[in-house]
Amino acid sequence: MQGLRSTLGLTSGWPACSTTLLRALGPTELHDFLQIVGLSISVSLAATALAAAIGLPFGAALAIFPFRGRRLIVVLINALLGLPPVVVGLILYLALSRSGPLGFLALLFTPAAMVIAQTILAIPIITALVHRSSERAWARYADELICDGSSRTQAIPQILLMLRAELLTAVLAGFGRTVSEVGAVILVGGNIRGLTRTMTTAIALQTSQGDLSLALALGAVLVGISISVSATVFALAGGARTAGSDEV
Amino acid sequence: MMKSRWLLALVASVALINTAPAAEPSIVLASTTSVESSGLLARIVPQFTAKTGIAVDVVAQGTGKALDTARRGDADLVLVHDPEAEQKFMDGGDGATRRQIAWNDFIIVGPLADPAHIRGGNDSVTALKAIASARAAFVSRGDNSGTNAAELRLWKIVGQTPDILASAAWYRDIGGGMGQALNAASAMDAYTLSDRGSWLSFQNKGSLVIAVEGDPRLVNRYDVIELSPQKHADAKRALAKIFADWLASSEGQQAIGAYRVNGQKLFNPSAEAPK
Repeated sequence: MQGLRSTLGLTSGWPACSTTLLRALGPTELHDFLQIVGLSISVSLAATALAAAIGLPFGAALAIFPFRGRRLIVVLINALLGLPPVVVGLILYLALSRSGPLGFLALLFTPAAMVIAQTILAIPIITALVHRSSERAWARYADELICDGSSRTQAIPQILLMLRAELLTAVLAGFGRTVSEVGAVILVGGNIRGLTRTMTTAIALQTSQGDLSLALALGAVLVGISISVSATVFALAGGARTAGSDEV
Repeated sequence: MMKSRWLLALVASVALINTAPAAEPSIVLASTTSVESSGLLARIVPQFTAKTGIAVDVVAQGTGKALDTARRGDADLVLVHDPEAEQKFMDGGDGATRRQIAWNDFIIVGPLADPAHIRGGNDSVTALKAIASARAAFVSRGDNSGTNAAELRLWKIVGQTPDILASAAWYRDIGGGMGQALNAASAMDAYTLSDRGSWLSFQNKGSLVIAVEGDPRLVNRYDVIELSPQKHADAKRALAKIFADWLASSEGQQAIGAYRVNGQKLFNPSAEAPK
């Protein structure tokens, strides 16, 4: 009955969420909680950074270099936008398992495995969005860039620089996919307390224990983190856009 | 400008990841959702770690999956509760020793309205018969877990095979953990079989109450299995043995027996086990 009441109490909104969370947190729990939040953010940031390092140049190159089968790759990458995280998790689980081909790396049930899974999930999103914007920019500025004496390879950073505002959206979309994902990280991470438990797997666990109010409060924190990251990036981007506007 | 900023972010985030794992010795324990979601391991593992400095990384899965994880070589020790599946694991040569370390019991929980009129009974077979003939909603874990196996064994005594059950509209196979099954039963006003530990620590009972308890057929034993050195040469067997021995020691047994939720004991030390 009490669980039901506190669950219903949450309909009064955010203040109730944070009270629930604070009530549930003793010193040990607070330590656990901060660790979970820290792990969620660091794993997702690392995965997004890796995916961006691959997806940004790859997406631009796909727009700039004409080659046989380019269309097919673009279609394939767009199809991978719908890649179910649990499938990525399962394949990676089998690969990283001790009896799998990459078992010698001993990465299963570690944060590194979660970074790999999330990177795989974020690459198609970032690549597809960057490709879409680069294609448009290349159609417009290809002649100028080539006249400038740049080779196509040299044009990649120039195009990316030109598109920096769009790139932010692409990278944020990648971050959004990684930080909100549960199916892959719970498989390859194992939801180990103090080691691989993230916000999303903790929410799944709390829900399975019937502690819906704590699960919901954790969910509210996750949304808050997403908003903060997005706001921070846009604040940084604001400066960059003004500075760069006269270059274009 | 942009480039250096991204580079900075990349370096910073990779640095963050690298600070995470400490160099302390650790083992991976493949265990069941019931010992994890009941909060038992979260309570007793820190006592063990404080004493020995060995961290225990608990991966909580159903018994079937936990045994599979160990078979694949991804765990150092197993703590599960399905005697038949454990026997197969031992027969397959994956296990070296198997020890009972705790027990409690399964219970049948159901809605307060009790459409099958089974509340207050202590005979699980009669109760399941009544549920089937009343066509009252019943939630099954359907996840090859120890609880799922125990449930299917009871249905078999009643004469209901998995095939018959699969075609019954009142039998709802949710393919999930104990908590998910209890959440589903609570939402659908259905009966389900639960281990007592998960039930006592579950916080979203709604109108669910205990319908049947106290049947000797409902004993639920938890065993710790050390892995075979021949089949699992990579497993950290020495560290795993320290934890297994601790669980069976008087200190570990006391810690298990001392764990209570709302004043109620969830697990009994194995010394008090029924023969």
